Amino acid sequence: MEWIVPFILTVITASTPLLLAASGELITEKSGVLNLGVEGMMLVGAIAGFAVTASSGSASLGILAAVAAGTLMSLIFAFLTLTLMANQVATGLALTIFGVGFSALVGSGFVGFAIDPLPALSIPGISAIPIIGPILFGQDFLVYLSIAAVIGIAWFLSKSRAGLILKAVGDSHHSAHAIGYSVIKIRYLATMFGGAMAGLGGAYLSLSYTPMWAENMTAGRGWIALALVVFATWRPGRLVAGAYMFGLISVMQLHAQGAGIHVPSQFMSMLPYLATVIVLVIISSDRAKIRLNAPACIGQAFRAAQ
Amino acid sequence: MNASLVKRTLAAVAAVGALATGMGAAQAEDVKAGFIYVGPIGDHGWSYRHDIGRQAIEAELGDAASTSYVESVPEGADAERVIRQMAQTGHNLIFTTSFGFMNPTEKVAKQFPNVKFEHATGYKRADNLSTYAARFYEGRYVAGVIAGKMTKSNIVGYVGSFPIPEVVRGINSFMLGAWSVNPDVQVKVVWANTWYDPGKEGDAAKALIDQGADIMVQHTDSPAPLQVAENRGVLGFGQASDMIKFAPKAQLTAIVDNWDKYYVSRAKAVMDGTWESQDTWGGIDSGMVELAPYTNMPDDVKALAEETEAKIASGEIHPFAGPIYDQAGELRIKEGEDATDEMLLGMDWYIKGIDAELPK
Repeated sequence: MEWIVPFILTVITASTPLLLAASGELITEKSGVLNLGVEGMMLVGAIAGFAVTASSGSASLGILAAVAAGTLMSLIFAFLTLTLMANQVATGLALTIFGVGFSALVGSGFVGFAIDPLPALSIPGISAIPIIGPILFGQDFLVYLSIAAVIGIAWFLSKSRAGLILKAVGDSHHSAHAIGYSVIKIRYLATMFGGAMAGLGGAYLSLSYTPMWAENMTAGRGWIALALVVFATWRPGRLVAGAYMFGLISVMQLHAQGAGIHVPSQFMSMLPYLATVIVLVIISSDRAKIRLNAPACIGQAFRAAQ
Repeated sequence: MNASLVKRTLAAVAAVGALATGMGAAQAEDVKAGFIYVGPIGDHGWSYRHDIGRQAIEAELGDAASTSYVESVPEGADAERVIRQMAQTGHNLIFTTSFGFMNPTEKVAKQFPNVKFEHATGYKRADNLSTYAARFYEGRYVAGVIAGKMTKSNIVGYVGSFPIPEVVRGINSFMLGAWSVNPDVQVKVVWANTWYDPGKEGDAAKALIDQGADIMVQHTDSPAPLQVAENRGVLGFGQASDMIKFAPKAQLTAIVDNWDKYYVSRAKAVMDGTWESQDTWGGIDSGMVELAPYTNMPDDVKALAEETEAKIASGEIHPFAGPIYDQAGELRIKEGEDATDEMLLGMDWYIKGIDAELPK
């Protein structure tokens, strides 16, 4: 059973970028905004984090830069869709395509650079405890942050006044507006939070997961994060389960191949996506439950009645 | 502008043009070489190495040669448009550097019989269309010899892209090299089903190391598997270009594509008027396949690697020298014979002894 610890460690690293990006998008969507630009925001976050870390030598500065870059990207989106009221789906797609190209342009000077991966937590004595030590106390900062963020989001949405206001804006922007809440301002903030978390997810890829910059290195993880939010029916708890299940299946298929289990590798590569579709079907068959959680105004532009 | 002025201008242009052509005939022809890459030159792998070759033409031939390139050209309808554009803008030598450019290159070559075309890794040729590729499997044999000497667990982890002949040939050649010095080595292969996804390639490498592999080989394009090897404290090989920067403690050597000599010789041939359509499949001896400096190994292994490299270059060792059986036990290459190029190009079977099943 000595493979189990490294196996779990690999699953955690494969799941973390998904969880970071998806938890941000969850807040964005809860406010009624559908931002399909996650992939683009992640890529820009990844290159910003890498470029700043490589040039300054400080990973903390790199992480801050990734957060700032992701936020800036989401501000472009927010300005277009919330202020100018452009179509959210089209703008989100454009943001992704822009992010792919822009990150490649900025990153062209950083190809082939090597940096040290983010340092892992090391508590003398405790991190050395067998099994539990390396898993619970041997991760890098962003892994803990991803878990803390989800716990914070769960508390925010269910227990805090601000969270209730956010949900109200997502469920009925006209009512929220009538009571006196600033729908546009709240949506701006929620979109920016989504951008910041997507930037962090990207930084996790370029600073910890595979510490390098390569064009299009997210390879579709932004889209998976988007699917996860729906998969989780906008619930933080299920989001963690979904992200880790996704990480588990994608790592498991590689392990199975190495162990010589003869299943077509293409089928194995398909498995995580198949699982997503199946769970979507199961969850969606209970319409009442989905309606309970889905933000009713998602994707709709808001124009205050004159 | 009135009509007579237009006429006079046209006449002047025609005269200058005629003069230029006359001068060109008197001297050696200048080369204007165009390159079409499938990826960005910043991929630090395949397209990057082709671009180094392009720069070699400019460095070697100086003013007599000019070059240009288009990067990230998708393999499809766009490719034909880009190739034609190059042919129309005065390029007399055009390199198309990906297998998927084969049909568009052939089509444009027919329309421009005076332009010379060079297509990498394909098999369609014409009077003005050459093909060229490199015998990377020779480098993989040397890597196998090193791995056979360096492994302690006798398990080699191999991250493959797709089970196509190019990759299968590499695995076979690697294992023949490894078994030549250590018959107990086994290989575990994980197919990533992608040429390029750093995260997934890295995860595949982690899975292999978790299962006991202490040598990492890859046939995918990003440095991620080698980087994982570095972080996990095992050894590995670089792919396409020297990746020592990513793995100063892990890289044993890298199988490097080197197109410099070939590109310069073909450009010179156009200048001298000696260019002819041909098929080139160059190995270590031609300089197309290079091995990066041998690092992180004891001197005796290094000496053995250098000796193997030299013997392959001289032809003393052929990686696929018979007798070679496939997994079903069928004799594929007879004793005293070497594999033919045709067999190598279509290789879709594992050699006997590889304990894995080839995905169909």
